[in-house]
Amino acid sequence: MAELMWLPIALPLAGALLLVTFGRRIGEPAAGWIASSTIGAGFVIALISALDFFAGEEGASEVVRLFDWIPALGLEASLLWDPLAAMMTLVVTGVGTLIHVYSIGYMHGDPRFGRFFAYLNLFAASMLILVLGANFGLLFVGWELVGLSSYLLISFWFERPSAAAAGKKAFVVNRIGDVGFLVGMMVIFASFGTFSYGTVFEEAAEVLTTGTATAITLLLLVGAAGKSAQLPLHVWLPDAMEGPTPVSALIHAATMVTAGVYMVARTGALFELAPFSAGVVATVGAATALFAATIALAQWDIKRVLAWSTISQLGYMFLGVGATAYVAGVFHLMTHAFFKALLFLGAGAVIHGMADEQDMRKMGGLAKAMPVTFATMAVAWLAISGIPPLAGFWSKDEILAVTFEQGGWYVVLWAVGIVTALLTAFYMTRLMYLTFWGKPRWEEGLHPHESPAVMTSPLVVLAGLSLVGGLVNTPWRLTLEHFLEPAFELVELGHAPAAATAWVLAIVSVAAALAGILLATRRYRGLETVPEEASTPWRVLRGGYYLDDIYGNTVVLPGKLASAWLAFVADQRVIDGAVNGVGLLVRRIGAALRPVQSGFVRNYAVVVLAGTVGVLAWMLLRSGL
Amino acid sequence: MIVTPGWYMALAAILFSIGAAGILVRRNALVMFMSVELMLNAVNLSFVAAGREVGLITGQVAVLFVMVVAAAEVTVGLAIIVAVFRRRNTASVDELATLRG
Repeated sequence: MAELMWLPIALPLAGALLLVTFGRRIGEPAAGWIASSTIGAGFVIALISALDFFAGEEGASEVVRLFDWIPALGLEASLLWDPLAAMMTLVVTGVGTLIHVYSIGYMHGDPRFGRFFAYLNLFAASMLILVLGANFGLLFVGWELVGLSSYLLISFWFERPSAAAAGKKAFVVNRIGDVGFLVGMMVIFASFGTFSYGTVFEEAAEVLTTGTATAITLLLLVGAAGKSAQLPLHVWLPDAMEGPTPVSALIHAATMVTAGVYMVARTGALFELAPFSAGVVATVGAATALFAATIALAQWDIKRVLAWSTISQLGYMFLGVGATAYVAGVFHLMTHAFFKALLFLGAGAVIHGMADEQDMRKMGGLAKAMPVTFATMAVAWLAISGIPPLAGFWSKDEILAVTFEQGGWYVVLWAVGIVTALLTAFYMTRLMYLTFWGKPRWEEGLHPHESPAVMTSPLVVLAGLSLVGGLVNTPWRLTLEHFLEPAFELVELGHAPAAATAWVLAIVSVAAALAGILLATRRYRGLETVPEEASTPWRVLRGGYYLDDIYGNTVVLPGKLASAWLAFVADQRVIDGAVNGVGLLVRRIGAALRPVQSGFVRNYAVVVLAGTVGVLAWMLLRSGL
Repeated sequence: MIVTPGWYMALAAILFSIGAAGILVRRNALVMFMSVELMLNAVNLSFVAAGREVGLITGQVAVLFVMVVAAAEVTVGLAIIVAVFRRRNTASVDELATLRG
């Protein structure tokens, strides 16, 4: 079935083409169902194709060659179908389908309904190119295409200047990361003469020196940090919440932002040769996790809490793949896709039911008005907080355990992870209290209502996955690890510590989560009014440590000044000046010579005659008359 | 008295000078045109005379070409003069100085 894996890419692509052309005519809700069915069909195909891996067949991984792409570089369009690609494809298409269906309800009545689904389909196709490509060339194509489609989706409501600006910001920040990725690719090509995964990873140990490997992996990390919103390139993700909520769920929680994690996991063979880079990945991840979690504590906008939480959770994944816990990192990627998509979609349902209100200070007491949303959100809340046996606990615990086992500096990173776990539990509990419990603080005349079934059913499915999704890889039954092992056969996987240590570590992380929940409960339970949280630390956190302003003053402002100088001085004075100067010179000379043209034929005749006589005289004289 | 080629050359030079002077002093476009023809034919005469002197046919061939071109030139030139006259009601070239720079 692997040879059919081009279909999950081609179907959404065809859907995008169809909807971008005829979206308006197809209309609502047919356009949504068409888009959902293309990606749903992709999920079914991927599931059937992945059965070989479930059966544990050896050598089931294969490269499917589609066509020659750039023969001069020996580049082929070929797909790699291995367990890692299979898992990513299943997550992308599975969660993607649910979000497509949800969007049919959420985007109801939007004037560009068809266009929205065209973009969603384009995004799904791009992401699948990214995860299925068998060489760095296709990875890069998918990488850029998801950047493009996320730009289109973030600024989908481009009538709002803030949405248009957010789309632009995401695009530009992603480009900064892409430069690193591109240069990394060039170094890879210079070293190996090919972009193909197979050759690069198998020959890496012989071809690369530690220095080159470190350079390549650090450059790749720059790209990954841009796409996965890691420090210091995280600034685009919170702003990306300007897009419609399903977009946030699909792109900025479940799929696109995980591309960086996927890339690090895929290129694990290179990171293994560069322990320094792996350490940098883990450190960046841990730092981002803590940093973003503290900011999430202070947000009032329900979507912004989730945005910072996403950055924080991506930090965990980076910590995992950096600490060679590739399976754990990818595992967390999967469980996070479940519960974060659920959280975003639940937040979307809340926003939908509250007539587009996103400020949690004006919510409260919604549990009764939206029972299904509340119940599913509660599952996601416990899952992300790391309460066993929900999905988040298993993956987060595995990352932390493997990190701890690495020893040395990694123990510090483990401690950071534990603190982050406490903060995560705290801000999620705060979100639950402000939104669903306590006294209603709705604006007058607002009647919150439960969303239609087309929106709540994806919530229920995702809640189910968040409940049991972690059980695919428990310390007792490492199903996912065995499943993924063939994909990581070139890499030495970090292992979990011995049982006794593992138990202690698990108890510590659960204790941290419970402490977070209890602290938040003490603080927010039974509040009559919203706490002001206006003191300086709260304001610094709410402003994201003012990093946006710092970037604005140190990077954006000089850039704008340089552009202004180029536009108004270099271009208008120097370049335009040179062009206009040449023109002026010609006009001056022309004006000086103009009187020669008298318009009288006889004048011309005299000149011609005189000239002729002159030339003849000269010739006669020269010949020595 | 034997007519030597020198005579022909002298006659040609005189005709040419008359034509050139006519172009320089006359205002009427038609007369200027006739002066041009005079100059052309002076040259023709010198070609034929020189060709006969050196015993080559080339001189006469060149003259035939000049006559063909002159005929074409006359056609176009006269048409222009007629058109200008119809429009401006004059054939004086001094009136037609709109191309002055």
